[in-house]
Amino acid sequence: MPKKIVAMRVNGRPVEEAVEPRTLLVHFLREQCQLTGTHIGCDTSHCGACTVDVDGQSVKSCTHLAVQCEGSEIRTVEGLAQAGVLHAVQEGFYREHGLQCGFCTPGMLMRAYRFLQDCPDPTEAEVRAGMSGNLCRCTGYQNIVKAVLHAARLLRQAEDATAKAAA
Amino acid sequence: MNAPATEREKALMGMGEARLRKEDARFIQGKGNYVDDIKLPGMLHLDIVRAPVAHARIKRIGKEAALQVPGVVAVLTAEDLKPLKLHWMPTLAGDVAAVLADEKVHFQMQEVAVVVAEDRYAAADGVEAVEVEYEELPAVVDPFEALKPDAPVLREDLAGKQEGAHGARYHPNHIFTWEAGDKDAADAAFAGAPVTVKEQLFYPRVHPCPLETCGSVASFDPVRGELTVWITSQAPHVVRTVVSMLSGIPESKVRIVSPDIGGGFGNKVGIYPGYVCAIVASIVLGRPVKWVEDRIENLSSTAFARDYHMTGELAATQDGRVLGLRVNVTADHGAFDACADPSRYPAGMFHICTGSYDIPAAYCRVDGVYTNKAPGGVAYRCSFRVTEAVYVIERMMDVLAQKLGIDKAEIRRRNFIRREQFPYHSALGFEYDSGDYERALQKVLDAVDYPALRAEQAARRADPDCPTLMGIGLVTFTEVVGAGPSKMCDILGVGMFDSCEIRVHPTGSAIARMGTITQGQGHQTTYAQIIATELGIPSDVVQVEEGDTSTAPYGLGTYGSRSTPVAGAAIAMAARKIHAKARKIAAHLLEVGEADLEWEVDRFKVRGDDDKFKTMQDIAWAAYHEPPPGLEPGLEAVHYYDPPNFTFPFGAYLCVVDIDKGTGETHVRRFYALDDCGTRINPMIIEGQIHGGLTEGYAVAMGQLLSFDAQGNIQGNTLMDYFLPTAVETPAWETDHTVTPSPHHPLGAKGVAESPHVGSIPTFTSAVVDAFAHLDVTHMDMPHTAYRVWQQLRRSGLAGPA
Repeated sequence: MPKKIVAMRVNGRPVEEAVEPRTLLVHFLREQCQLTGTHIGCDTSHCGACTVDVDGQSVKSCTHLAVQCEGSEIRTVEGLAQAGVLHAVQEGFYREHGLQCGFCTPGMLMRAYRFLQDCPDPTEAEVRAGMSGNLCRCTGYQNIVKAVLHAARLLRQAEDATAKAAA
Repeated sequence: MNAPATEREKALMGMGEARLRKEDARFIQGKGNYVDDIKLPGMLHLDIVRAPVAHARIKRIGKEAALQVPGVVAVLTAEDLKPLKLHWMPTLAGDVAAVLADEKVHFQMQEVAVVVAEDRYAAADGVEAVEVEYEELPAVVDPFEALKPDAPVLREDLAGKQEGAHGARYHPNHIFTWEAGDKDAADAAFAGAPVTVKEQLFYPRVHPCPLETCGSVASFDPVRGELTVWITSQAPHVVRTVVSMLSGIPESKVRIVSPDIGGGFGNKVGIYPGYVCAIVASIVLGRPVKWVEDRIENLSSTAFARDYHMTGELAATQDGRVLGLRVNVTADHGAFDACADPSRYPAGMFHICTGSYDIPAAYCRVDGVYTNKAPGGVAYRCSFRVTEAVYVIERMMDVLAQKLGIDKAEIRRRNFIRREQFPYHSALGFEYDSGDYERALQKVLDAVDYPALRAEQAARRADPDCPTLMGIGLVTFTEVVGAGPSKMCDILGVGMFDSCEIRVHPTGSAIARMGTITQGQGHQTTYAQIIATELGIPSDVVQVEEGDTSTAPYGLGTYGSRSTPVAGAAIAMAARKIHAKARKIAAHLLEVGEADLEWEVDRFKVRGDDDKFKTMQDIAWAAYHEPPPGLEPGLEAVHYYDPPNFTFPFGAYLCVVDIDKGTGETHVRRFYALDDCGTRINPMIIEGQIHGGLTEGYAVAMGQLLSFDAQGNIQGNTLMDYFLPTAVETPAWETDHTVTPSPHHPLGAKGVAESPHVGSIPTFTSAVVDAFAHLDVTHMDMPHTAYRVWQQLRRSGLAGPA
C-alpha cells in the first residue's frame, strides 16, 4: 500500500514518518514513535486506554488515523513529566492509589490532564462524568476520582503560587 | 542506628503500613512493559481466521489468495499442525481442545487457521483472504437440550468413550458427574423437615474481560534450540511445563516470561490456541512471532466464566434452623472442557456451598455438559466456582427467610457456624480455619442502622405514590481460597505449592523471587513489606521479581486468591530460614550464645543490653565477609510452601437499592462491605482490591451477559454490548473490616481480592429481589438490567403497559 508522509509534533518533538494511510494513530505512536505507553484495550473506542491529547482535545487514538494528525500537536503519557518532575495527575494517581494493573493508567492520566484544564475545580460528580470515557477493571474508580481531585488541588495550588509570585 | 524501636519499625514500612506502590513509577510514566510492548528484530505478526458459525464441518480451506497478499509469510491450518501432533492440545481439565479446528468447528469464533505476516495490518488482510467452506450442522447452545437422547453429538473425537477424566459419561455430550456430601443423609433431612424451599437459579455466562487482552511473543532460537515466550499468563511456570510437554523441547530450554500484565481475573490462566500457534510459527519460520487478540476475540473465545444452572434446596425447622442442603447443577462447559480447576475438582471448590452456616447434612452434584459455545469455565476472580457456590447458598438463605417470615439478618445469625466451632468440618468436606461471623454481621448492621432501613422500607411500601421500590440486600459469605494443599490440589500433576527465594546482599539490601505473578495486586509492594517485617530490611530496598521462569523458583501462579495464602507464606518461611542463620552469625559476632540474643525490629541484641547488638545489615556483611567457622557463606534461602489447608476469608455485605417503578432502573444508594481477610499486610492495597472486586461484582450482577441465539451466534461480544461500568454507573463503596487471623498461615493472612467479587454479586441480587419481596417474588436471575427489572415490575403489576 502506498505510503504518505505525515509530520506532527509529539511531546514537543517534531516527527516525520511515512505511513500507510490506514495506519491508526495508536499504532503510529506505539510502533513508529516507539511510545508504547499508550495502550489498546478494545476495538470500538469504548475503553479509552489509547487516549492521547491532540491539539488540546482528548482523542481515542484507536479511532483516529495518523494522517489526520498532519501538523498536529500531540501529547502522550511519556510527555507528562517535565525535567524529571511528575505532572500533578501522575502525582495524584500515585498518592491516591489510583491504579492497579496500570493498563488503563496512561489513558486515564491523559484524560485527567485535559479534563482538569477544561474543569479546574471539579466536583466528584463532574470528575466521574469527565472520566467516563475511560474504563478501568481494577480500581472501581473510587481512588481514580480521588486521584483526579488530588491533582486538581495540586494544580490550583501551583497556579496560586505562580499568581502570588507575579504579584 | 540507635533510634527507638518504634521509629525504626516505622521506617521499615513493613506489614500493616499503607505503603505507596513500588510498581506505580513505571506505570504512571508510560514505562510499563506489557506483551504488546515487546518488539523483537524481525518479528512477525500472527492473526487468526475464525469460524463464523457455531457447528460445522470444514469442507475446504483455501490459502492461495491469502498467500498472495503482500506481507503474508505463511498460513497454517490443522493439517499443518498434524505432523507435529499439535492440532489438538490437552486442557487443564483432562480433556483435549482443538488448537485449530480439525475438520469440524465446535463454536462460533473458533480458531480455524492462522496467518503470519510482516505486520499486523498485512496479517489482518491475510485473514480476510483465507477462503473456508463450511457445511453447517445444527448447533446446541442449551445444556439441557444437549443431554436429550436425540441431541446432535458435538464431540465426535470422543465417540464411544464411556469414561472421561472425571469418571463415567452417560451421554455423548456429557463430560462428568461430580458429587460431594452424603446424599442419603441429605435426603433424610429433607424427608423429615417441617419446611423446605427450592429455587432454580441461573448464573449466566460472563467474561473476566481484563483491560489488556491475551497475547504472546514467541521467539525460537534454532541455533541454541531455545524457546522464549513472553506471555500474558497468570501461571508462567505451568505454561513452561505444558509447552515443554507439547513441543518436546526440554523444559530447561524453554523460558516463559510474564511481563507486566494488564489485569487477569482468571482470563489468563489457560493455554490458548493463539499462544500455541505463535510458538509453532516461530519454530517453523525461525523468527519471533507476536499474537495479540483484539477485544472481540477476547470476549468470544478466551475464558468465559460461570454458566451454571443451579437448583438449590433447603430443609429447615419452623424457626429457621437449616437441617439440610441439596444443590444440583447443570454446568455448561462449552465445546471443550477447559476449566482451570485443580485436577481432581471438575467443579472446583463448589462444595463450599454450605457457606457460613452450620448445616448438618448436605449433598451437591454437578454435571458438566458440552455445547457449541466457547470453552472456559475459568475462576473469574474467585477460587474455582466459589462465586457460584456462594450465590446459591446466599440466595437460598434469603428464600428460606422469606418463606418463614424471618428477617434475613436473623436467619443468618441463627445458622452461623459459631466462633467456638472452629476449626469447623463442613458436611461437604472442608475444614474451615477460623471465623467470627456474628461479630462481622453485627458490625455491619450497626454501621448502617439496619432497623432504621427496614422502617424506611416499610414506610415506602405503605405509600402507593412512592416512585421507587426500596430493597435491602444482605450477604454473609465465606470463601475458600489459597489452593492448595498438594495432597488435594494439583494442576497437571504438579502440586499447588508456591515458592520464594530470598537473597540478602552483602550491603544489606535484598531480592525476592517468586513463583507467582502480579497483575495489579501490587506484589512488588506487599511482598517487600512481609520481608521488611520478618528480616528488618527496609521494604524500599527489597526488590521483588516474578514472572520469569529462568530466574524465579517454580510456582503455580496467581489466581484463586492464592498469592498471599500460599506465596505469602513461602516468603515468611524463606525469611525465617534467613533469620535463623542470621542469629547464628550475630551470636558469633557478639561472642554470645544464640539463646542470649533477642530480636528487635532490625537487629539481634544481647538480652538486657541495648548497646550490644548487630543489625541485619551488619549480619549481611558478615555473612559474606566473615561467616562463623563451619557455617557456609552467604545469606539466602528458598522455600517451597505446601499449605496444610485452604484459608477461609469471609465478610458481611449490605446493599440498599432504589428501583424506579417507571423505568426499572436500579440505583445503588449504599453498599457497605466488611471483609475479614485475617492479617492485613497493606490496608491501602486491600481497600483498592475490594473497590475493584465490588465493581466487577456490580458489573456481573447488574449488566453482564454473554448470550447466544439458537444457532450459536454470540450476541454482544464488543464493549458496545458487554457491560463494563464507567465511573458514572459505579456506586460509591464503603469498606470496613474485622481481623480473624488464619491459625495455620505463618502470617495469619487469608487473601482478599476475590471476596468482594464473590460476596457482592449475591448482595446485589438480594437487594433487587428484596425490593419485590412483599410481592411474593423470591428470586430474579441476573443480570438485573433496567429492562429485566421492568419486566418484573410488569409481572408484579407495578409498571404500566408497554
